[in-house]
This record gives sequence, structure tokens and C-alpha cells, in this order.
Amino acid sequence: MKPAPFEYHAPETVDEVLELLDQHGFDAKILAGGQTLGPLLNMRMAAPEVLIDINRVKALDYQRHEDDGGLTLGALTRQSTLEDDAQMPQRQPLIAAAEPEVAHRAIRNRGTVGGSLAHADPAAEWPGLAVALDAELVLQRHGGASRTIAALDFFEGALATVIEPEEMLTEIRIPPWRNTSGWGFHEFNRRHGDFALAGAMVRLDLAADGGCRGVAIALIGVEDTPIRAGAAEQFLRSQRVDDAALQEAARRAADNVTPMHDIHASADYRRSLTRTLAYRALADAAARATRIPS
Amino acid sequence: MSASFARGPYIGRSIARRPELLRFIKGQGRYVDDMALPHMLHAVVLRSPHAHARIVGIDASQARQAHGVAAVITASDIGHHLRPIPVRLNPYNTLDPYLQHPLATDRVRYVGEPVALIIATTPYLAEDARDLVEVEFDPLPVMVDAESEAVECPLFDAAQDNVASRMTAGFGDIDAALAEADEIIDFDFRTGRDSAVPLETRGLLAHYDESSERLAVWGASKVVHFNRSVLASMLDMPEHRIHLIEPDVGGGFGARGEFYPEDFLIPFAALSLRRPVKWIEDRMEHLLAINHSRQQTYRMKLGVARDGTLLGIRVDLTNDMGGYLRTHGIIVPEMSAGFFPGPYRWQAYQCNARAVMTNKTPTGTYRCPGRFECNSARERILDVAANRLGMDPVALRRKNLIPAELMPYTVGTRALGEDVVYDSGDYPAALEEVLRLSGYEALRAAAAPQDDRKIRGVGVGCFTEKTGKGPFGGARVLVDATGGVEVRTGASSLGQGLKTSLAQIVADVLTVDPRIIEVRHGDTDLIPFGVGSFASRATVMAGNAAHQAATAIRDRALDVVARAWSVPVDAVHFENGVARGPGARSMTLREIASRSGPAHSGDPQGTLDVTRYFRSDHMAYSHGAVVAEVELDRLLGKVTPLRLWVVYDVGTVINPDIVAAQVEGGAAQAVGGAFFEEFIYDEDGQLLTGSFMDFLLPTADVVPSMQHRDLQLSPSPLNPLGVKGAGEAGVAGTGAALANAVADALGKTWGDQVNQLPMTPQRVWAWAGLDHHSGMDGRQTAIDQHQATRSAQKQSQGATAEDMK
Repeated sequence: MKPAPFEYHAPETVDEVLELLDQHGFDAKILAGGQTLGPLLNMRMAAPEVLIDINRVKALDYQRHEDDGGLTLGALTRQSTLEDDAQMPQRQPLIAAAEPEVAHRAIRNRGTVGGSLAHADPAAEWPGLAVALDAELVLQRHGGASRTIAALDFFEGALATVIEPEEMLTEIRIPPWRNTSGWGFHEFNRRHGDFALAGAMVRLDLAADGGCRGVAIALIGVEDTPIRAGAAEQFLRSQRVDDAALQEAARRAADNVTPMHDIHASADYRRSLTRTLAYRALADAAARATRIPS
Repeated sequence: MSASFARGPYIGRSIARRPELLRFIKGQGRYVDDMALPHMLHAVVLRSPHAHARIVGIDASQARQAHGVAAVITASDIGHHLRPIPVRLNPYNTLDPYLQHPLATDRVRYVGEPVALIIATTPYLAEDARDLVEVEFDPLPVMVDAESEAVECPLFDAAQDNVASRMTAGFGDIDAALAEADEIIDFDFRTGRDSAVPLETRGLLAHYDESSERLAVWGASKVVHFNRSVLASMLDMPEHRIHLIEPDVGGGFGARGEFYPEDFLIPFAALSLRRPVKWIEDRMEHLLAINHSRQQTYRMKLGVARDGTLLGIRVDLTNDMGGYLRTHGIIVPEMSAGFFPGPYRWQAYQCNARAVMTNKTPTGTYRCPGRFECNSARERILDVAANRLGMDPVALRRKNLIPAELMPYTVGTRALGEDVVYDSGDYPAALEEVLRLSGYEALRAAAAPQDDRKIRGVGVGCFTEKTGKGPFGGARVLVDATGGVEVRTGASSLGQGLKTSLAQIVADVLTVDPRIIEVRHGDTDLIPFGVGSFASRATVMAGNAAHQAATAIRDRALDVVARAWSVPVDAVHFENGVARGPGARSMTLREIASRSGPAHSGDPQGTLDVTRYFRSDHMAYSHGAVVAEVELDRLLGKVTPLRLWVVYDVGTVINPDIVAAQVEGGAAQAVGGAFFEEFIYDEDGQLLTGSFMDFLLPTADVVPSMQHRDLQLSPSPLNPLGVKGAGEAGVAGTGAALANAVADALGKTWGDQVNQLPMTPQRVWAWAGLDHHSGMDGRQTAIDQHQATRSAQKQSQGATAEDMK
């Protein structure tokens, strides 16, 4: 449980970080909150030659509630900062609901939003939130233009993203939350704070007549990346939102996933969890949504 | 029945400001990793990545050249000192082929088996060098399933198959009993591979002092005298040149403190290198290297009369032993076979047990070994039988518990080399008390489900628990010239409050404040003989020895006083630590100490220094009953344990707080075993739950609230203090009660499928029939079934179905 030798850098600006990444590329790892990388280093499951500690890069630690209702986060924003944000339940209720479920407080005190997204654990909450909320992720590289990636295009597989070795995730942009939208979040884990065996995050807009005006269903811990339940969303968009429609949407969500299997949950069990959790999240969202007058 | 000792103010009291606690609260505990010696080196172990393989060759040349490396030790470097680690408890020579050597020689038999020891100036450099040792393995077929009959590859050349031992236990005519039965219930039950996971991992610091020519080893615990004797014999040194010292220990629970490969390797390295060597086990190697336990399969056939009378049970038991037999030999399956009958009367019982070798981590004991398992299996089949008969599970138990008037009760089995004889206990009283404490009837009535996310279930488990294993425990009590009182014992403290308990016992005899008594333990230089702390024995054995030694001290002291005052001995007595006699005369312990001893007149042997060994050939049996309440979210397979009630009788209680903490801690570990902890291996023998990400310990949010009550009706007649061990009472019946509660929540149709611990969400989901009754369609049926079960049970108790509404 002692890490292999590595070269350590502690830059203070984004430019310095990008320069180091440019220089070391694939051999370098960025150390943010260290809540995953720390254990991986100690277990020698990761042995990068170069460690770039970004904890002194103050310019990456910010969160802004924008005038239009959007939320902009620097990659180094600690999870606990969001948890403690008194405006969050009003302005981004899905984030407010999910944040306390991210591991444990001690981990949230150090762990960062950018780190969680870049690590891309398929069962983690933030990748799911990014997908559910249609977040945009900003990647920068030394001397080049930054690029902005939609969350749905960001995750490539378990622990794999589109970030190039020379790039760093610097900013997360969350679109405005409509205060008429309903939200639902249900995940199931063995103990509080464990990675979810499966989870569903829902954002739902209801028309004045009870029809569906828009829906996003994100699933975590089911496939090897967070996904949107496209078939279920498509079905629901053409429906009057009643219990039968929600049950059917949940069934379609479950029928259309290709679940992972591991020692905690078989594929069949995950599919069953998907259906149950998607239904519960949808039902909560429907109950919380305010019908929008047409 | 009452115990034969004079009760003073301290025995039976939760004394405040326990002397041993303050240090820990202030962060002044000293664990082995807190220690450092000049010129100390650090060792790491290279462990086998293969579950079963031949070692073709080891090339350590590169590692030996690496920066900071002092040595790389392989089997060939140990030479003739490389000997099998002997069995500590119930050794039989038939077990010899299955014993482990400290380092693998030509073959490895589990992932994690030590292959080499790397010693360097820092643990970092030692790990760097470990990556440079090249071992060539030739993989062999892997055996991971103890229940498999196939013997593709015997694990040991000297053995014919992979069954290290076949045992039988039983009494009565089982065939006749089953033939007579109205109902026959066939039921299989499995308990998952688990282990103690003490907060402090293992660790050792060894140092050979050339000036005294003695080898000191810190980090030993539990059974320091036995371990010294093993080490002495492996190193060909006399015992007096070896000094084992137990520092503070962060939990043991049976697993920590046994003689492991490292207990030879680290002292050997220190001796060879003539420098202090420290090894601290990291958590990942801990989960691979410490004794596993609990992996058993029961195939049971129960015969029961229509009125619920238990007639007979036949049990086929398989115990997965892992890659080697360690210091516990085969006592775990032996105890399961011997204790399976539990607190009930049976006409006949027959158990055939097999101890099977597999390519997994070797096994030993974990708190309540063999009994957590057999109690869970037995209590489950009793509930299945109750269901079949349409009886309330409590009614079935009431009918069959051994009544108090039959005590002492000879079971008809043997365990740990002695006949199983329950010494005392009112088993029905424990059951009634736990029903009363939990409000069982109201719980059952309230448990009718309204919402399938919140289905309540209630379960009961009864247990007996062996404690106070002999053959002896020792204590030496001394009063020094300042009047200070010291107790030295061969028992060990793994955090169970030993110092406080012994101090209270001695304090009552000498009428002093227990806080002035220093209890020293876990050090082979303190007292020549010791058996250690395991099997809930320390308070029974060392407690009674301390009581006897203190009593002898008191008598000698009174004798000194009587002589000094020229009065008869019965005219003097102790009060608040001061001898008092006729005419308001008094003499303090300090004054008495200054008048006794070899330099003084009178009896030169009559010093205030007395060693007593208390011997016992029979174990004392505690007992109890548990009620558990759980909540089931059926579609998720999620079970939330809500409340636990534990009633127990451990005889005379020395310190109620300590006993309560033992019960609560044990119950929390039972929650772990019932729902969370499991070492899962793949078919290649790789441990899949090798970190705390996957090997899940119960956290505060999943341990239910508990109430417990100590009956104190049944002191043990086997020792003067009347004590029984309390260390395992919280575990013994709790897994069983939780399993029965989950079965109850699942209802009649699915409940009987609860046949395995831990009850993981996926297993519960499958038991609930959801793996084939897809999705939510089975919901209504579940609630209907649950109510039907309750109705049937109510009717069997003479109530009407209307009561359910």
C-alpha cells in the first residue's frame, strides 16, 4: 500500500498544468481530490510517472449561478461546496438531491466534480447528473483552442472519456433548471455512500393537459457509461403522464439496457432494478412537476 | 444456585473511568506500528498471484541489488528452519500433511500464500523491490468448490483426496426418529466465507538483542505463550531466549494473534540480519492473508411430530478449509457438529462432517466459530418446519427447549475434546424474556404489509454458547513495598476490557479501589504459563485464577497482621484496603507489605506474591435468545434491519458495561455476516472481494438499534465466581434471527427459500421470486402470501383470522 515512485508537480495556474500535460501526456496523471487516485496509487494499480497536483490552481475552484439560471462549475469545485450551497435545492434540485449520496462527507470534502467526471465511474452520481442535465464540458489543451463536449458524447466506457492525454477538463456548464420541472432520483446501494448498483435520475416537464412536454431519464450503474433511456423518453413524450404510462416507460427503459454484471448484481437483477428505480424516479418527478400553461 | 464468592462493591458494577480507557481516549494507545527502533528495517511479503501452481524458479537477484534492500528471503534461504506451523487446538497427526510452511517451497495453494520476504530500509523501497522478484509459476488445476465431489487434482501429494478429515457426531437412533416423524423437512443452508476484520491489521516488530542474546517480538497477541513455544521450536532456541510482547491491540475476534507464517518470518529475518525488522500488514494483504472462516454447507433432514416435537435431525456438513490447515486444525467443523443440537431436546441427532481443502485462503476461527453457522442453519430449518406445520415459530421452540430442571444437561456430543454438558441455564426464560422485551406479539401483529416497499418481518433465534475453555488460566498477584497491587496474567487483551474485569475481581477481595490495580498481560516474561484469550475464556479462567491468587494474598496479609498484633487471624479483616482488628487498630497494605517477604521474620515463603492456576476440564455454557425486526423493499431485494433484541445469561457479570459492549459489538458483526461480508472467489481462485469496496463491513447506518438484557439467573457451577464468557453471545443467535426475519418478510411461498448468508440484495430479490416473476407483477401476490402465512400461524395459536384485520 505504498505508491511506486513518481515525479511530483504542484503548478498554480491552468497554463502551467496544460504545459505539463503537453510535456508528459500519457505518462502524467492529474491529482485533484485524490479520493480515487490516492488508493489506486497506494495499491499500485496506477503507477504514473508524473503526478500533476492541481490543488493549488485556485482558478479552477469556483461555482457560479448564472443570471439565466444555469450553473457553471470549475473542475476543482469540491463536492461538499455544492452540498452546502443553500441555493441549490431551488436552482438545481436534482444536483441538491444527488450530492449527499456521493460517497461520504469526508470524501465529498476533498473529492471534486471534475475529478468524478474525468474518472467516469459508470455508477457515480456526477456522470449521471451531467447526462441527465445535458451538461457541457470544457476541455483545454496547451496552446490550442478549448473544445466543448456534450455530456452524452463525453463518456466512452467504464473509466474512459474523450479527454486526450494532453487535455484537461476545466469547466462544467449546467443549463438552467425550469422551476416547473419535476425531478426524481432513486439509486440503490448496499450501504449509504457505496457506488450504486443502479440508479435513475429524471427531469420531467408537464403540459397543461397533463401531457409530457419533455423528459430526461438518466441511468447510472447499469451500463458501462451513464446513459439516457432513449426509448422510454421517446415513448413518454407522446403520452399523457399517468401511472400506466410511467410503468410502461420504466419497462421500456429496462428492456432497452444492456446491463453490466459483477459480484454485486447480475445483468438480470440490474435490469429489474432499472425498472423499479426508473419507475420510482418518474413517479416522483411527475408528482413534483407543475403543469406549464400553454 | 449461587456462586461461591463473597460479593464486594465492584463485581457487577460498571465502574466509571476505567483505567484502560483513558489512554485510548487521549490517543496514547501504543500499537505495534507506533513503535520504532534504531536501524529498523521494513519487510513486505511477496504473495502468490496464483491459486494453485508449481513454483518453477525464483530469481531475486535484481531485487537484492535494488536500492535500500537488505535481504530477500525465500524458502531456500530458511533451510532446515522451514517447518510446518503446528495445530494449536486439538492436533491430530492425520492433519500433518495439510499444514502450512512459512514460505511456499515448490507449490502454492492459494492466492496470497507467502513466497518471499523482502526487507529494505523503507516500506516503499521494499515494495519497489518486491516488483523486481521474478517467480516462474506453472499453474495447476484450481479447486474452489468444497462441495464438489470431483478431485481433479489432489492439493497435497501425501493425501489421497482433498478431504482432510471426516467426522461424525450424534446420539440416538436417527433412522427410527425420522421414521416416526409426521413431517420430514429437507433443507440446505450455507454460510458465506467471512472473517474478522479488526480495525488494526496484523503487524510485528522483531529485534534480536545481542547483549542479552534474546529475541523480542512485539505485536504478538491472543496466545503469546503458545506462539513463543512454536517460535522456539522452529528456531531451535530455548523459550527463555524469546520474549513475546502484546502491545495494544486493535481487535482480534479470533483471527488475529494466531501463529501465522509472518510470525516466523519476521523474527527469523531479525535474527538473520541482526537488525530490528518491522512488518505491518496492509488491508489488501490482510483480506487475503488473515484466517478466513464460516464457509459451511448444511444438508439437513429434520423429522418432526405433528405437534411440533423435534424428533431427529440428520446433518451433512461441509466445511471449506482453504489451502492449508492452520493452528485451529479442524475444530471449526468439529464444533459445528458438536454444538448443532443447540438449546433443544432431540431424540436423535446424526452429523457427518467433512473438512475439505480448497485453493483459497486457509481458515481458522472468527467470533463464535462453527456456532454462528450451525445456529443459523438450525434456527432456519426450525422456522421452515413451523411453516410446514402451520405453527408459530415461537410455539415450536417453546415445545422443545431444554427446561431448566434438566440442568446440567448432557447433550450426547463432544467438542474441543470434552463431552458437551450444559452446566446451567433457564433457556425457556430467555426466550420468554426476549419476547416480552421486544413486544413480540405486537410486532407480529403490526407487521402486516401495507406497502411492498416496507414489508416488515420478525424472526427469532435461540442459542447456547460454549465459553471458558480450559485447561487453565493463570494469574500472579503481587503487593509491592509501596502497597501497589499488580496482577499478571497469561490471558491477553484484544480490547475486551480484560484489565478492568480482573481489577474488579481482585479489588473486591482486597477491598481496594480497582483503579489502583495494575493488570499486566500478554507478555511471556510476566508469567511462565499462559493459554491466552479465545473461546470466551479469559474472564472465566484468568478471572478465577486472579480471584484465587488475591484470596491467598489477603489470607497471607491477614496472617502477617495477626502475628504482628498477636491476635487470632479471625480477629482481623480488610476494609477499604486497610487491615482492621481489635481496639480500632489498623495496618495499611503498604505496612503489611513492608513486614512480609523473605527478609522478614515469620514464613519466608509467605510473601505477598502469589501465582494461581485455575484449572477447568469443562466448558461453561451461556445461552440466550434474539428477536430481529427487518423491513423489506421487495422489488429491490433491499432489507433494512430495524431493531434487535438480545437476551442472554452469562452467569455472574463482572462489569455490565463491558458485557453490553461485547453483546452490541457481536450483534453488529452478526449483521455483517447476515447481510454484507463475503469473500467471493472466481473459478480461478482469485479473491473478488479483496478490498473494502467489495468486502462490505456494516456501517453505522445499517446496524439497527438494539436492546439487550442480562438475565443473571444461571451462574456457572463450574467455577467459584460463577462466570461464563460473554464475548460471543451477541453473535451466536443474531444471524439466525435476522435470517428468520427476512424469511418472515418474504412470506410463506418465498420465505422458505432463505437458505444462505449473507442475504445480499440480489439473493433476496431472487428469493422473492422476482428473477422469474419479472418486474412488479408479483407484488400483490407477495402481500397476499404474507397475510396468508400470518393467518395460518394465528389460527394455530387459537386466534381467529379476524384478529388480523
